[in-house]
Amino acid sequence: MNRRLAKIWQHVWVHALVWLLVLFAVFPILQIVAISLRPGDQLYSTELQIIPDNATLDAYRIMFTEKPFLLWLRNSLVVSLGTALIGVALASLGGFALSRARFAGRGAALQGILMTQMFPATMLLLPLYLLMRKLHLVDTLGGVMIAYVATALPFCIWTMKGYYDTIPVALNEAALIDGCSPLQAFLRVTLPLSAPALVITALFSFMTGWSEFMVARVMLASRELMTLPLGLESLFTTYQTEWANYAAGSLLVCLPVVALFLVLNRYLVSGLTLGSVKG
Amino acid sequence: MGGTQRKLAFWFLLPSALVLLGVVAYPFFFNVWISLTNWNMFHFRDPHFVGLTHYLRLFSEPDFYRIFGKTIAWTVINLIFHFTLGLGAALLLNRNLPGRNLYRALLILPWAMPQYISALTWRGMFNVEYGAVNIILGKLGIAGVPWFSSEFWAFMAPVITNIWLGFPFIMVIALGGLQSIPKELYEAARIDGAGPVRQFFNITLPMLKPVLKPALVLGTIWTFNNLNVIWLVTDQGLPADKTHILVTYVYKAAFMYYRYGYAAAFSVFIFLVLVVIVKGYNRAAREEAY
Repeated sequence: MNRRLAKIWQHVWVHALVWLLVLFAVFPILQIVAISLRPGDQLYSTELQIIPDNATLDAYRIMFTEKPFLLWLRNSLVVSLGTALIGVALASLGGFALSRARFAGRGAALQGILMTQMFPATMLLLPLYLLMRKLHLVDTLGGVMIAYVATALPFCIWTMKGYYDTIPVALNEAALIDGCSPLQAFLRVTLPLSAPALVITALFSFMTGWSEFMVARVMLASRELMTLPLGLESLFTTYQTEWANYAAGSLLVCLPVVALFLVLNRYLVSGLTLGSVKG
Repeated sequence: MGGTQRKLAFWFLLPSALVLLGVVAYPFFFNVWISLTNWNMFHFRDPHFVGLTHYLRLFSEPDFYRIFGKTIAWTVINLIFHFTLGLGAALLLNRNLPGRNLYRALLILPWAMPQYISALTWRGMFNVEYGAVNIILGKLGIAGVPWFSSEFWAFMAPVITNIWLGFPFIMVIALGGLQSIPKELYEAARIDGAGPVRQFFNITLPMLKPVLKPALVLGTIWTFNNLNVIWLVTDQGLPADKTHILVTYVYKAAFMYYRYGYAAAFSVFIFLVLVVIVKGYNRAAREEAY
């Protein structure tokens, strides 16, 4: 009897702890939901309800009709998709060469790629900014994209290389014996097998652009070029913060990436740990 | 590898190599050069070589030691909480809990959100009058905390935010590791009379080491270099630039005060510190292996 009681106690404890952690994790998100639904006269409320009294979707309407949310969205999509495209195209090829070919300087190249992960953000941002000023690329979406490629590409190459390492070379060789050219063997055998790594690389480089604030803040000045992070931050002004609009915009920005993330996080983790274990 | 294959590898590597040389390697060396010049707002057009002046200045500034110390504290506190909360959550979820997939998804949310949104949202929650944190404290009968006017609390605000942000990563990694530990090990331990605490220290922790070590290295780098959280939560270092870690301080020096040479030297210093730390981890791992 005593043992059963102890077991029940343990059960209660475990659940209480899990619930406490879940509450900690979810509470700020519930806050965003609550604030986005608040009517204008209750923005400075000291209530904690999730669905406030007189809840309204006004803030969402304002974001689409009165705020340049769609313009920010377009700019963010251009930058993020561009970064993802360049990241996947270059890394799928470069990673393959680094995985399969042995050449002078390969070890140094791999070391160098790892080293970039230790760069503080300003390490590349400052020189890139000064260089782009000379080339008149500051305050263009192309300039931001270059900076994002510089941050994302080393990681993308590393992920792709790590994944190609796990695909048996024999598969590629079998295709060669069957009369494929090396290029055909790569395109028809190795590349299709690497689909999971390609997805991770694409997602990672897309997220680099989608969620990046500190670089965009330096590189972009025009209001017409603001990306989503800059746009949402612009709702915080010295005198008044448009909390409801900010919260509504944030939720719209979060939803697609959070959904993607929940589906793909298992792969992301294996990509991260695989890469570093082999380093 | 045959001749045509070597040629293919060359052409495959070329675009990546050129881009990396152009946007990573060249800026890196350019940054080192900037750090040796007096390039700033007043010498924007005519920077000249000043040698190691900036590096020497770093070590003679009293602010430098305060900020360096804060960066170490920031990194250590965050990592301790990330690992204890992350490991704890993983151990809880690894039991056969009803609804554990739902819990897992909910606990990952802080990691899945864009970091700048989390940081801005927490900034709002730390608002002294209308922020949720002080409201909750008030309901519990605790006096509100002056988050951004006291140096101590202005540091704790981003720390709390970053603990929230970072523990799910360790949780997911540890959960993956836990699932690959053979159940027989625990059965054998139970037969030998080992209690849950001994099982944890003699089986679970050693078996998790291979996944937790790379997570520790990555976590150290990410936390040490985290620009978003401090910058956005404390609104650029409130109160009055008192809340900075190395990276946010450099960012401000470069892009608000236009001290390019000085900031570049600072970046190089941060990079070297991280290289030393990571080398230290690797050496520790190697020595343990013998």
